[in-house]
Amino acid sequence: MADSFEDVVVTGLGATTPLGGDVDSFWTGLLEGRSGVVALTDDWAADLPVRIAARMAVDPAEVLARVQARRLDRSEQGAIVAARQAWADAGFEGRAEDNGLDPTRVAVVIGTGIGGVTSLLSQYDILLEKGPGRVSPLLIPMNMPNGPAAYVGLEVGAQAGVHTTVSACASGAEAVAHGLDLIQLGRADVVLVGGTEACIHRLNIAGFAQMRAMSTRNDEPERASRPFDKNRDGFVLGEGAGVLVIERASSAAARGRTPYAVLAGAGITADSYDIVAPDPKGDGQQRAALSALRRGGLDAADVVHVNAHATSTPAGDGAEARWIAELLGEQTVVSATKSMTGHLLGAAGAIEAIATVLAVKNDIVPPTINLDDPEDDLQVDVPDKAREMPVPAALNDSFGFGGHNVALLFRKA
Amino acid sequence: MADNILEELAAILNEVADVKPEDVTPEKSFVDDLDVDSLSMVEVAMAVEEKFGAKIPDEQLSELKTVGDAVTYIQQHQSA
Repeated sequence: MADSFEDVVVTGLGATTPLGGDVDSFWTGLLEGRSGVVALTDDWAADLPVRIAARMAVDPAEVLARVQARRLDRSEQGAIVAARQAWADAGFEGRAEDNGLDPTRVAVVIGTGIGGVTSLLSQYDILLEKGPGRVSPLLIPMNMPNGPAAYVGLEVGAQAGVHTTVSACASGAEAVAHGLDLIQLGRADVVLVGGTEACIHRLNIAGFAQMRAMSTRNDEPERASRPFDKNRDGFVLGEGAGVLVIERASSAAARGRTPYAVLAGAGITADSYDIVAPDPKGDGQQRAALSALRRGGLDAADVVHVNAHATSTPAGDGAEARWIAELLGEQTVVSATKSMTGHLLGAAGAIEAIATVLAVKNDIVPPTINLDDPEDDLQVDVPDKAREMPVPAALNDSFGFGGHNVALLFRKA
Repeated sequence: MADNILEELAAILNEVADVKPEDVTPEKSFVDDLDVDSLSMVEVAMAVEEKFGAKIPDEQLSELKTVGDAVTYIQQHQSA
């Protein structure tokens, strides 16, 4: 199967994250082992059991033109900021047709876990206080989960199709996988893929906290996200967006662009085990990784690094490390970058795909912070400092509530 | 009075749709000259109601083609 398709390569990256408002600051922050988690000092957070989160380091509303920003939900703002960076990084300027591209061959796939929920909730407050006549006519395009993809599509003039993957915390990765399909099935030539999330709101935090899924280490925000550590007590909610530009290798070469990496494969499976709990055996997760390997024509031995899903919840992390050790070997160098960024839900897979691409390109694996007391059966190699090493190929895992498992496989271009 | 209304309307159009205040003159068409889309016109109507107490029913809103039409409507319908 791997021989029947031309390589699909990554030619542009864009991100706005808790570690920085662009890819360089994000990557530097990861390599330095910085935490983007902060205390929530707002009045609305005062009575919550969880008062920490990883906010975007740069407010996207400050980056966009004022009137554009006020028409967009924060999740849409983040997507536009990341998409503009990725589009420019790939060497494009303006709309598809301005770059000699056929707009009907340009597509967008941007996932989100929750969509424009903060706009929905703030407009609900207005409805209750002032009545239906004061609800914004922009509420619906701000709230709809396909809004980020649609606005990015408008921005670049994408007419091949604009899609939204919604698979909770796997949404961003599933978008990348879907983009690979679009190109390999011949439905598009250039695709902007990624994910966005901005749902740091009282109600969402209350909901996740009631599931007992979040860390309550309120006194030590920077130490709260601690994947694989014995004392982990839940994930830390983050926000941001990541977008990658992918295209066929020949199309990149024709434009004189040097790709970051090859998107060699992707695997998607479902657990069918529980609506929120991951299968403790990790079978579905492992099947996703195997599927990505098979599709990319690589052997397990070729993969030396995994950017893990590892969210710092007691229920997760362990199973993932176990099947990685079993499938790829105990020498596999694993990074849990959520230890620094927090968990960006539908954007997590997108920014972690970017981190994986950069690890492959630069031959450096980011650290995992706060791993003071590793789980007893942690049998993979999880460095606490960035490690320079050859990275010919790497996997990126993303799993979501609902039993969604996505693995992305990148290799050197 | 009309000048004052024009000035306030220009401020609303700037806030809602990024229209330059100096472009807001009575003969200008909202759609053709100022590029104000239909959702933004609803926002303008909401802001006018808030500012001047002049409610603009939907069937009236579509009749207000130019800035001058809107100023006249506000003059006639504003609450003292």
